[in-house]
Amino acid sequence: MSVTLNDYLILSTIIFMIGMYGALRRKNLLMLFFSTEIMLNAVNIGMAAISKFHGDLTGQMFAFFIIAIAASEVAIGLGLLVLWFKRNNNINLDSLQSMKG
Amino acid sequence: MESYLYIALFAPLVGSLFATLFSNSPKKLFVGIVTSMLLAVSLIASINLLMYVYFTEVIIHVKMLDWIVIGNVDIPFGFVVDQVSVVMMVVVTIVSTMVHIHSIGYMDHDKSFNRYFAWLSAFVFSMMVLVMSDNFAGLFIGWEGVGLCSWGLIGFWYHKEDIKRSKNIEESPYSTLSPYSSKSPSWAANEAFIMNRVADLGMLIGMFLIFWNIGSLQYNDVFSQIGTLDHGLIVAIAAFLFIGAMGKSAQFPFNTWLANAMEGPTPVSALIHAATMVTAGVYLVIRANEIFTVVPEVGYFIASLGAFVAIGAASMALVATNMKKIIAFSTLSQLGYMFVAAGLGAYWVALFHLATHAFFKSVLFLGAGNVMHATNDEINIKKMGGLAKQMPQTALIMTIASVALAGIFPLAGFFSKDLILEVAFGSHAYILWAVLWITAGLTAFYSFRLVMYVFHGKENYDHKKVHPHETYPFVIAAMTPLAILAICAGWFEHQFVEMVTKVLPPLDIHVDSGTFYTLIAVTTAIALGGIIFAVVKFKKDGTYYSEKMKNRLCYKVLANQYYIPHFWEAAVTKPYAKLATFSWKELDLKIIDTIVDGIAKGIYGAGETGTAMQSGNLSKSLKWMGIGILILVILVVAFGNLK
Amino acid sequence: MFEVVAFYLFAFLTIAMFCIVVMTKNPLYALSSLAAGMIFISAFFFLLGAEFLGAVQIVVYTGAVMALYAFGMMFFDSINDIKESVSNPRVTFMMTGIIALLVVAIFIAPIIGANATAHYPIHEAYGNTQDIGLVLFTKYLVPFEVAAVMLLVAMIGGIILAGKKMDISITQLSEQEIDNHKTDTEIAKDIK
Repeated sequence: MSVTLNDYLILSTIIFMIGMYGALRRKNLLMLFFSTEIMLNAVNIGMAAISKFHGDLTGQMFAFFIIAIAASEVAIGLGLLVLWFKRNNNINLDSLQSMKG
Repeated sequence: MESYLYIALFAPLVGSLFATLFSNSPKKLFVGIVTSMLLAVSLIASINLLMYVYFTEVIIHVKMLDWIVIGNVDIPFGFVVDQVSVVMMVVVTIVSTMVHIHSIGYMDHDKSFNRYFAWLSAFVFSMMVLVMSDNFAGLFIGWEGVGLCSWGLIGFWYHKEDIKRSKNIEESPYSTLSPYSSKSPSWAANEAFIMNRVADLGMLIGMFLIFWNIGSLQYNDVFSQIGTLDHGLIVAIAAFLFIGAMGKSAQFPFNTWLANAMEGPTPVSALIHAATMVTAGVYLVIRANEIFTVVPEVGYFIASLGAFVAIGAASMALVATNMKKIIAFSTLSQLGYMFVAAGLGAYWVALFHLATHAFFKSVLFLGAGNVMHATNDEINIKKMGGLAKQMPQTALIMTIASVALAGIFPLAGFFSKDLILEVAFGSHAYILWAVLWITAGLTAFYSFRLVMYVFHGKENYDHKKVHPHETYPFVIAAMTPLAILAICAGWFEHQFVEMVTKVLPPLDIHVDSGTFYTLIAVTTAIALGGIIFAVVKFKKDGTYYSEKMKNRLCYKVLANQYYIPHFWEAAVTKPYAKLATFSWKELDLKIIDTIVDGIAKGIYGAGETGTAMQSGNLSKSLKWMGIGILILVILVVAFGNLK
Repeated sequence: MFEVVAFYLFAFLTIAMFCIVVMTKNPLYALSSLAAGMIFISAFFFLLGAEFLGAVQIVVYTGAVMALYAFGMMFFDSINDIKESVSNPRVTFMMTGIIALLVVAIFIAPIIGANATAHYPIHEAYGNTQDIGLVLFTKYLVPFEVAAVMLLVAMIGGIILAGKKMDISITQLSEQEIDNHKTDTEIAKDIK
């Protein structure tokens, strides 16, 4: 028996859900970023799988650009995180509530 | 000729709009002069039209604008000048012009001078629309317009407070012996308007029935097709139209507003409650004569009601000391005469009496205005007396008018009133004749009672406070044409009949000459008898009713206007007020307001509960996002297969 | 056969690594697991015949992004003290579980678009890298350039955000002011 597209998609979903669970549960901002990375990677797997099984290069291009974007997002995100840490001296998510209400 | 029509119709409107510009300013004399001039213009145009219609017998019919054109409904703004409407136009404009000029003198110290003329000219415009319209809808517009303007004019001094009811017959606002005409001007205005409105419902129903069955409200169409309807339906239409006329012309049971309307300025009473608005009901019956001739039973009812009102009003005037109320009751009584004539099918007789009555009644009211102006607004005739020395011209004019009212040859009242009595006799309605005959005597008596008390005898006013003087010469000049008409209007009876019977049915009564002259003699006798009794008793005793008479029940009943106002208050006003309070407190506040407030509170509450979602906490926001994704995915699974 | 085994092996490993990332309290463990997970995902890409993508994944993600995170983590000390308290861990768990279930159900259903035609079909004759190069520099040129600009912007943004004294622009000061301008260390010396 060979591996079908469904298997890859199910895998992608599972990893995405793991990432989402992490995003919801973690209070450490850095851990939040990790969870975001997990989600992005899950999507990439899905894209590549579809590309292979439909014989279309579009999926790979999309995954390519997602990687580029994720990289820049990490750069900026960490920069902001550093600034926040300098101001508040902790990176707990619950302290990030100045926009309440 | 059409331009004359438009001038006659719209000149009062222009005057009213002009005066409205100055409504909130202090008195400006030119406002009164300009409006009177414009009315004189309208008068000249109306007289031109009268000459034209009389000599050429051409009816002028214009359609000014389309008003309502929807589906089968086609109601235009159309105007017709035929013999009937031109008579009404001339009467209305003559009396209005003289009243305007008189008001310049009467209202000269009033601070709302400009607003008064705005309302007065607007009233004349509405009345012109009423008489000149060529369909029932236009008539109704004018009808409502005069109702509105009379509300504004009766309640002109709206800032006066309400008077409380009291058991004392000298002070109660419901008694004709008190110095108050009613509870307050605004109360009287509301009463007039509401009573008219209730009666107008009847007229509207009549109009709806006409439109439903005939399909048009134009006079031509209605009158030509009225014969094709079922008899019971025509009776219903006639009855409902007459209910509307009852309200406007203050027939029982809608009569209390007329006496109470004396709260307004006296020239207003001269115009509205003598010559124009109250005659609108008679005009309606005359105009719709083709409907009423088909159903003579309704006509008999109208005539009987008219006679009932005539004698009822005359009896109430016997004991009243409120000068304007006496004249108001006399108007009511004469309206009853007009309805007797119209009910018995003698429509041109009713129109003739309408015209002559307008002249002498309005000049009576104007003279009363002069007296009030001279005695510092005193209204109790027992507190005047001997004014003939200081006010000779007014005294002369009022005496002439009273003689005309009593119906003495050769003044105008003789021709019209005797004609009505002759009609009643000739139609074999002997009871009606008897009632009207007695009323003629009473009329003569109370008119001269008024004249005696006011102008002759002892001077009962406070000499320190009151300095009676004759009014301005231009006011007397304004009253003079009306007085002259009161004398000589009756001499044109022949020309009048010749003109008007082109559209109205001619008189069908045959009374042989012997009976004819006997009737005249008998009527003149009772009228003269009333006058002589009034004059002689006054000269002998100085008063008419002894103290013993004053304590009798019949005196009290008459002085309290047969307790009709009390009845209306107990039967209608109080229960309705209770209903209104109940509706407000229980229905409006508790139910409707609660629902509306409840909706608002619900939304606020939902909003406040929703702010919990905006905690600013990223973790919580992500959780909400997750929940949203969950919902979307559920929707996809549930509905995604429905292709 | 080989494919199936590899797929399941890597799948198991990836899932395990990522579970460690989201469950552990120690950030260092999380970082390490994340890096490992990235490598295994790259293995997937190789399995799928997207060699170029797999190489890029290793170089960019595992190499650059993880390094960035590692440096970032060195920045924040005493992050062990953060209490991870969630008001309702069960709710979160349930919610994600249900969503996972439903999405899997969606994907198990017959895939729509069986008639889809490929816009940029894969040419087996060339290698994957060549193929991607062909498409990238012809059809996807504009997004490529824009992505380059975006990376530039991100780089500059990162420098400004994290750098010291980034509010003063030295190129706009005159010579005199630059000389007068003190550095942080000199200010610190002055204070002492």
